[in-house]
Amino acid sequence: MSTTPLLKVKDISKFYGGRTGCRDVSFELWPGEVLAIVGESGSGKTTLLNCISTRLLPTTGSVEYHMRDGVYRDLFRMNEAERRFLMRTDWGFVHQNPADGLRMTVSAGANVGERLMAVGNRHYGNIRETAIDWLGRVEIDADRVDDQPRAFSGGMRQRLQIARNLVTGPRLVFMDEPTGGLDVSVQARLLDLVRGLVHDLGLSAIIVTHDLAVARLLSHRMMVMKDGQVIEQGLTDRVLDDPREPYTQLLVSSILQV
Amino acid sequence: MATPLVVSEVSKSFTMHLRDGIRLPVVADVSFSVASGECVVLGGPSGIGKSSLLKMIYGNYAVDTGQILVKHEDRIVDLASADPRTILDVRRATLGYVSQFLRTVPRVAALDVVAEPLLARGENAASARKRAADLLAKLNLPRELWQLPPATFSGGEQQRVNIARGFITDHAILLLDEPTASLDAINRRVVIGMIEEKKERGVALLGIFHDEEVRDAVGDRILDVSKFSPRKAAA
Repeated sequence: MSTTPLLKVKDISKFYGGRTGCRDVSFELWPGEVLAIVGESGSGKTTLLNCISTRLLPTTGSVEYHMRDGVYRDLFRMNEAERRFLMRTDWGFVHQNPADGLRMTVSAGANVGERLMAVGNRHYGNIRETAIDWLGRVEIDADRVDDQPRAFSGGMRQRLQIARNLVTGPRLVFMDEPTGGLDVSVQARLLDLVRGLVHDLGLSAIIVTHDLAVARLLSHRMMVMKDGQVIEQGLTDRVLDDPREPYTQLLVSSILQV
Repeated sequence: MATPLVVSEVSKSFTMHLRDGIRLPVVADVSFSVASGECVVLGGPSGIGKSSLLKMIYGNYAVDTGQILVKHEDRIVDLASADPRTILDVRRATLGYVSQFLRTVPRVAALDVVAEPLLARGENAASARKRAADLLAKLNLPRELWQLPPATFSGGEQQRVNIARGFITDHAILLLDEPTASLDAINRRVVIGMIEEKKERGVALLGIFHDEEVRDAVGDRILDVSKFSPRKAAA
């Protein structure tokens, strides 16, 4: 077991004027660990994700990241250039809507290759080869490499977005409702793919979802949010099979059985 | 003899907040231990808390009070208070569990479902698959099913995949929740043989077996769970 956390989140709060986005959230994320943040719309889970991933500046609190050189850095004390470099090399961010994470008017291959160029790859042949390899890993045929994602189905776009994020070998991936808006059969394929990649690459991930089945399949640990606060957390199967809080019991008991 | 599992003064109740906060006591003051090479059978009528007790030991259910002490690598871990990371590490290396029903994952082949616990321990894919294939063959699962996801399998076939998955590692403690409930006589005997092998290798087993043949064949002693039932005192 690794002895140092990858991420240390301390007392993160975000207020929008008088309204609470999220409040007093603290946790640590360990290498190889997948954390699910669940809760219904408006519970603050996306606000929290955006704060941790520095896409949003929290009102209070700190997020420390264990850099590759072994030093912890407070993300909000880095300068903008350092933070951007971290985001495009060591991190990934998978948006619910693939159009937010892809460039829709350049080819699939270029979408993947662009991240490689951002970390210094210059050899066109190598970039194209790596891009095709990654399209294969997310089950997109090599003959689609020159097509634009506009011509892809929703499920394919989401898989392309995942390839684009993972091609640089990040250690931490944030996902915001990665299966939202997909058909169930497409969801199952994507979930299986994500599960395999997370395991094979030893990724750490923070996944925001309102779907408890997604949390069960992908995460080791989960946090339940309500009104901006974490009301229950623990081992994923423990929270789902033996929920303690009234709200968590309501969530779990509201799942429709097939 | 080594005692890898000690349960001490464990109590558990469910509070049903959606039912006006009604509190359902499950077990109270449970204390027992399981030694290496021993198979302890949880006895007592349905609904007395046998499965719940296994789930508590596995960390799947929380406990209200008490300790669940497990010898994990070179230390003793209290699963009743361990953090999620520690519980997962104990499950990976020390504590196995064969549930009553297989929880299937879409698109994952039966062979890979079985091999997964070995892969999680860092074994290479080829030797893990080989071990998985040996176990599925031993349990008479038709070879043409091995590459298929078990979601569409019959109850007995799914259960054999589940048993293979639980037995594939050399975990020091193994929890069994009615592993033979949906098996025919031949496969029941295969499982009896597999449990006996585990005992010979010094594994501590704790199980629920409604089947008398299996219980008599493998059980060293019966622990009557009804003596821990808070409802018994009220009755």
